[in-house]
Amino acid sequence: MSEVVISARSVSKIFGSGGDKVTALDSVSVDIFQNEFFTMLGPSGCGKTTLLRLIGGFEQASSGQILLEGKELNDLPPFKRPINTVFQSYALFPHLTVKQNITFGLEMQGTSRKQADGRAEEMLELVRLAEYGDRLPSQLSGGQQQRIALARALAPAPKVLLLDEPLSALDLKLRKEMQVELKRLQTETGITFVFVTHDQEEALAMSDRIAVMKSGEILQIGAPREIYEAPTHRFVADFIGDSNFLVGDLVDAGAGKRAVKLAGGQVIALTQDVSDQRSGEVTVSVRPERLGLIADSEAGADQLAGTVSTVIYFGTDTTYQIDLGNDARLTVRMQNGVGANADFAEGDRVAITMSPDAIRVLAD
Amino acid sequence: MGNILRSKRFWLVAPAVVYIGFFMAVPLFQMAYVSILERGDYGGVNWGAFSMDAYISFIFERDLMDNLVVNTDYLQIFARSFGLSAMTTVFALLLGFPTAFYISTQPQSRRNFLIFLVTIPFWTNILVRNYAWMLLLRNGGLIDGVLNWMGLETGGLDILYTPYAVSIGLTYTYLPFMVLPIYASLEKLDHRLVEAAFDLGADKRRAMSRVILPLAAPGIAAGSILVFIPCLGAYVTPELLGGGKFMMIANLIGSQFGAARNWPLGAGLGFVLLALVLISMMIYSFKFKSLPEESR
Repeated sequence: MSEVVISARSVSKIFGSGGDKVTALDSVSVDIFQNEFFTMLGPSGCGKTTLLRLIGGFEQASSGQILLEGKELNDLPPFKRPINTVFQSYALFPHLTVKQNITFGLEMQGTSRKQADGRAEEMLELVRLAEYGDRLPSQLSGGQQQRIALARALAPAPKVLLLDEPLSALDLKLRKEMQVELKRLQTETGITFVFVTHDQEEALAMSDRIAVMKSGEILQIGAPREIYEAPTHRFVADFIGDSNFLVGDLVDAGAGKRAVKLAGGQVIALTQDVSDQRSGEVTVSVRPERLGLIADSEAGADQLAGTVSTVIYFGTDTTYQIDLGNDARLTVRMQNGVGANADFAEGDRVAITMSPDAIRVLAD
Repeated sequence: MGNILRSKRFWLVAPAVVYIGFFMAVPLFQMAYVSILERGDYGGVNWGAFSMDAYISFIFERDLMDNLVVNTDYLQIFARSFGLSAMTTVFALLLGFPTAFYISTQPQSRRNFLIFLVTIPFWTNILVRNYAWMLLLRNGGLIDGVLNWMGLETGGLDILYTPYAVSIGLTYTYLPFMVLPIYASLEKLDHRLVEAAFDLGADKRRAMSRVILPLAAPGIAAGSILVFIPCLGAYVTPELLGGGKFMMIANLIGSQFGAARNWPLGAGLGFVLLALVLISMMIYSFKFKSLPEESR
């Protein structure tokens, strides 16, 4: 990939002191590349916003370094960093018009009035609000304010744009629109976007790479497909999309291959390289849509089998809860109208089909 | 339905309306009436004898030949009062804004305590506080004494009974009226706007001048009015700290009803003051009507 723009090296942030210490970030290291749409995803309190604020300069790291193009940023105040932020609440200046909001950053840089005005026009064009330059922020809708906040942050042409859950205040339809819009803006401007969200769908839809965070640590960094299809941690598999979890023992299956043996004796073959994992109890995850059902009579000898306990019809697909016995359960989601035989009722005995590469052994 | 409720709710304000209506409007009209009557020889007025003398003598006086000549004495007192009030307002703003800003940046529990401290001077009678200032400011008083003790030979501070003493006293008296409204507007100020200003490259000075000050403007304006207007009508402070040498409007009006025994002139001066205040309020409301409301 291209050049590293932002680099965090063993960054920790501890709030409070004495007995009230809260570790918001615990020795986090990450490289963010040029022209990348990088998303930090996690539940509230995972440290994603803290990391964003450290990059923006609004907080000071307790230890570790933040680098911008290889130069340490730690002691630079926010107004000296070529980094701009789109705030969750937009934080548009209520006493300034839309245009004055957009030219604010340019004026601070000492750009001439004429140039700044030209740039503001350009930005308004970019966010498709060319007619709105003379309005006050309070005269705009939430979605429009959002776009102006983007235009304002993009106007000084920052090296990095930080976005702190900018879509969370919008309703669902607008949020979907803005996702497409944000992706377009990022591609058109070529600016590195660092996006913070707790919405996994949003993260999957827009990002080039996602860092999944939990309790002040980054658990996994990867492309959306990688994060979704090959989660490394139980938390990641659980947080992003739906997952089935099964607990079993890691065993040798001969020919250098390994498998997971469930409590009920069923064996699941693995294609994942787990040579670094010791034998013993492990958790595996598998996505519901990567599983299929066939009638028990057609099942092979070592196939997983169980009883259908619940059937939920969703229109495009149907979800089956399968009881495997020994407290093990699986959710299977099958698309309707694909296979004619995908029609089972509660109480049916079924066997489960799966591709071995859909099974992931998790770290914890 | 809604109308019935609304008309019933009127009775909630009725007592206050009656009270204010009676005790403000009636004396006001009474004074307006007095101001256009002839003065009585020994105070009071000659009821039924109308005269515009009070308003004429605001600007003119009659010379020995009974001609009207311009007399600027009263105008000077008005000008001095406006000047002193303006100076006091500026002092109060210079002291009050940083105070309000500091308080607004403190944690919530501390803020309430500090606001409580700001209101403490109200616990003491204004007369007592002004006597205290006399003790502080007089030659050989506490301030003079400390300065001399520090080796600054003041040779007497000579500040008591000057306009400065009056302004110092007024600033002290009305400072809380400046601090509180400014604090109210700063407290509402979204801190993220300041962060946004920093984020866009504004240093502290420019974040202050471009974001904080404009957003605190309604508070600054309200505080300035709350200081300026009572200052114009201040009576006790100029009397005590000005030593009667630096008369302000209220003292002048007071003397017309007292020693000078010219009730119509006293009432007339009161109405001139009221007119000036109303005019400046109108100018103010025109100027600040264009301000955007606070965000959300």
